[in-house]
Amino acid sequence: MRKLLLPLAAGLAGLGVASGVLAQDAAAVAASGVAEAASAVADVAAAAAAPVPNKGDTAFLMTATALVILMIVPGLALFYGGLVRSKNMLSVLMQVFTVFALISVLWVVYGYSAAFTAGNPFIGTLDKLFLKGVTAESVAGTFSKGVVLPELSFVSFQGAFAGITVALIVGAFAERIKFSAVLAFSVLWFTFAYLPAAHMVWYWDGPDAITSEETLAAVTASAGWLWAKGALDFAGGTVVHINAAVAGLVGAYMVGKRIGYGRESMAPHSLTLTMVGASLLWVGWFGFNAGSNLEANGTAALAFTNTVVATAAATLSWIAGEALMKGKASMLGAASGAVSGLVAITPACGFVGVGGALVIGLLAGFVCLWGVNGLKRMLGADDSLDVFGVHGVGGILGALLTGVFAAPDLGGSGICNYVTDTCGEWGGIGAQVWVQAQGVITTIVWSAVVSVVAFKLVDLVIGLRVSEEEEREGLDISSHGETAYNR
Amino acid sequence: MKMVTAIVKPFKLDEVREALSAIGVQGITVTEVKGFGRQKGHTELYRGAEYVVDFLPKVKIEAAVDDEVVERVIEAIEGSARTGKIGDGKIFVCPLEQVVRIRTGETGPDAL
Repeated sequence: MRKLLLPLAAGLAGLGVASGVLAQDAAAVAASGVAEAASAVADVAAAAAAPVPNKGDTAFLMTATALVILMIVPGLALFYGGLVRSKNMLSVLMQVFTVFALISVLWVVYGYSAAFTAGNPFIGTLDKLFLKGVTAESVAGTFSKGVVLPELSFVSFQGAFAGITVALIVGAFAERIKFSAVLAFSVLWFTFAYLPAAHMVWYWDGPDAITSEETLAAVTASAGWLWAKGALDFAGGTVVHINAAVAGLVGAYMVGKRIGYGRESMAPHSLTLTMVGASLLWVGWFGFNAGSNLEANGTAALAFTNTVVATAAATLSWIAGEALMKGKASMLGAASGAVSGLVAITPACGFVGVGGALVIGLLAGFVCLWGVNGLKRMLGADDSLDVFGVHGVGGILGALLTGVFAAPDLGGSGICNYVTDTCGEWGGIGAQVWVQAQGVITTIVWSAVVSVVAFKLVDLVIGLRVSEEEEREGLDISSHGETAYNR
Repeated sequence: MKMVTAIVKPFKLDEVREALSAIGVQGITVTEVKGFGRQKGHTELYRGAEYVVDFLPKVKIEAAVDDEVVERVIEAIEGSARTGKIGDGKIFVCPLEQVVRIRTGETGPDAL
């Protein structure tokens, strides 16, 4: 994890930190001068023992949460929707919208508890079922010692992440899946693949629990399995993108190809809306990436900047690749390039320098362009909206490159030591990339296994696909009794 | 009476309409259509999916006219719609059995 140096206590008092308790002490120090600095430091230390959320940080995280939700509705919904044929537009909008609503409910019932309480290295407990014990006064740690946020702001932020991860999957089997099957699969996969992944990568007791080598060992022992190994995933390259992409690919295989795939025209019906969706994804992603810092400081600004830069670079490299390959740069290429850059920078954004972000973005554009062309042909599945080609390939690339560009020599932040409260340690690129690879492989295998079982179960009980007539007619009419564009 | 149907390039619609108006044709019906003859289509590329699209957008103009003016109508359309390049279109003339003006009930050439 990454963080900033904690300000010295005197500096803290001098800055007048905007927290109710500390502000009074800061004013007292300023008024009475240096002679009373010693007692002021003692006051500040006493106040720091029970930290109170900072209003700026709280506002920042809630805004970030709203941005992530905007990425789902309408961002992802329109991005996907524009890519399908008009007879299936509403079905895609419906699947994204409803999955988000479904996961949002499950999150506060048991999701948050299972992901973010202690338990074992693979899953938490149900101690916070229905958010038991979590009130408006509860606080959650951040990545800085002594800095806390209202726990509820963390709950809803993470809930949005859960929502978008599951919603991402539907793109892989668009235009032929049964609506009820989507919902049933979503419940199973969220429970058995997303929650363990979030727990394994992101659960730890927080920086305030680490004060010595012994407490560090204790925190590491109770943390998520991949966190304990030192896997770096700032905003969810593994938990969100690789996880969802694998589920999507498995789904594309198990649901089967669309009728007429490869023979009939399945051209996007509105690349205009796809561009609108991609733009909402880009802008919203600042909430996704910078918000993952939890507090509003320089690291958040770094994550923000990297999210601009990598995305821009990937847009350019994708369309450059297209122009070289086929002679024309396309709007769909630019939108896809941007998303691939966003995916690739997600695990890296708070750990790498801007130079590293540029390289990650440039590579993501080219590699994901291959992912939706050459690799797609090799895989042989009808991954309708290229969920694996963009999110899977981009996520894997980004996760591995994080292990390279987090290196201090390459402008990265290195590893943070919460005992000494400094960052910049580094065990070598090779070692870190191997740790990253373990995270990638774990995510792929776990998601694949859960997906296979879940799809099989749903197929046996409900059935995955609509009938041929329903698919030909269009899911809007057959599944939802509606038309998107009345003629 | 004859029904004259012309398939022309979309950007020629205004010119054709003016040319017909100039010779006294007072009403036409216009439809957006797609089709092809000798003009080649184009290729569309969406990520890894390539589609060869034969159809080209065209405009269909239909005008019900009196036998006496058919020749002038054809000339007017030909003259205004021609660019000299492949894809200019075609004109079809069919016999028209009956015409009725709905508002007044007039029939035959009076209804044209």
